[in-house]
Amino acid sequence: MAGSGELKLLGAWTSPFVIRVRVVLNLKSLPYEYVEENLASKSALLLGSNPVRKSVPVLLHGGRPVNESQVIVQYIDEVWSGADRPSVLPSDSYERAVARFWAAYVDDKVGPAWLAILFLSKTEEERAEGVERAVAALETLEGAFADCTKGKPFFGVDGIGFVDVVLGGYLGWFTAIDKLIGRRLIDPARTPLLAAWEQRFRTAEAAKGVVPNDADKLLAFRETLLGAPLDIFQNRVTL
Amino acid sequence: MATVEEEKAGMVLLDFWVSPFGQRCRIALAEKGLQYEYREEDLVNSKSELLLRSNPVHKKIPVLLHHGRPVCESLVILDYLDEAFPDTPQLLPAPAYARARARFWADYVDKKVYECGSRLWKLKGELQAQARAEMVEILGTLEAELGEKDWFGGDSFGLVDVALAPFTAWFYSYEKYGEFSVDKVCPTLAAWARRCGERDSVAKHLTPPEKVYAFIDVLKKKYGVE
Repeated sequence: MAGSGELKLLGAWTSPFVIRVRVVLNLKSLPYEYVEENLASKSALLLGSNPVRKSVPVLLHGGRPVNESQVIVQYIDEVWSGADRPSVLPSDSYERAVARFWAAYVDDKVGPAWLAILFLSKTEEERAEGVERAVAALETLEGAFADCTKGKPFFGVDGIGFVDVVLGGYLGWFTAIDKLIGRRLIDPARTPLLAAWEQRFRTAEAAKGVVPNDADKLLAFRETLLGAPLDIFQNRVTL
Repeated sequence: MATVEEEKAGMVLLDFWVSPFGQRCRIALAEKGLQYEYREEDLVNSKSELLLRSNPVHKKIPVLLHHGRPVCESLVILDYLDEAFPDTPQLLPAPAYARARARFWADYVDKKVYECGSRLWKLKGELQAQARAEMVEILGTLEAELGEKDWFGGDSFGLVDVALAPFTAWFYSYEKYGEFSVDKVCPTLAAWARRCGERDSVAKHLTPPEKVYAFIDVLKKKYGVE
């Protein structure tokens, strides 16, 4: 049963958490109004809709806010389900648990490493350490990909799924990291399955226009964020 | 029809006595009236082969084994129990929007309470004062969300209640380290905590607060904190 009421997404073009929601909205062929937020100066609508976390993405459905990207993705999947729309989560309860586990893993391990590499490291050493942590997490995900997919192109059962969009959201910033460190973070030599997955995800229809791939533009944007106070990353920073 | 042993063999919970994350699972299983075998893991000395095999990524409890297949991460386990046993009392409500709200708050509890609490007993001085202020804010935020309701789940004891209930055993410790009173700072939440404690599922599985406090001493030694 389709949901009634219009969709509005408050986001930021580089945010991995926003990108994953946009990919899902595309997968479900859902029209929505996109509002680009200035994270250094958040709108009243954002602060009013997500007073607890004050973060993007916020999905407004008929004016009612849904917050936290993984919660939003599951909400969209539940509301717009059925034979005519692809499912993001599998239907089998055990497979859903496996997907949720790996999605949690991505945000627990890749997330903080990404932040460290681009925004929190003050020295080359700290950044290199962040890169190693990211690569270690990606190597674990490589193993998961081999185990879970059994030759299929995505983590999802029938195409792009939950783990794909959660990890895929980071690919925008990975473009910038690749340029910064002079090599691919998802290294074909160390993580060949994921490297192939990366190409497939980036070129997928649902990712078009929402996964940034202009490294210079991303790095220039990063400069503006480096000047801003850390609380724009509120709740993402683990001490 | 399966014997109790056979039913239990279908589900095994690898856990650690004082873990609030493990207790979430025990509470949920009790609320659902599900039989299972409880296995205590010796996290201090050596983790079992079964644990290491079942959760090779994190090597952590809780792990729920259902017919031998592992489910890891406490909130993932709670979701799984709802979905695999649809004829048991559900932790999540039916409407999608209410489910999204519940998931948001369960995630909030997950990200905030234990981590802030850990800083409260690990750190000193300025950083401890900061942790104290944050804990008071977190509890206040939860109290605001609870509002006039009996449970976070509304009329029924739900996902967020299960996610937070084990931490009520840690309130005593937070109070001692933070030098504040939960009753004074968030009386409605304190009342909710007492209501939780009156539920069989919670009363049977929570660690007595003084034992949690004593356990923190063990953790402090482990982390080399004075």
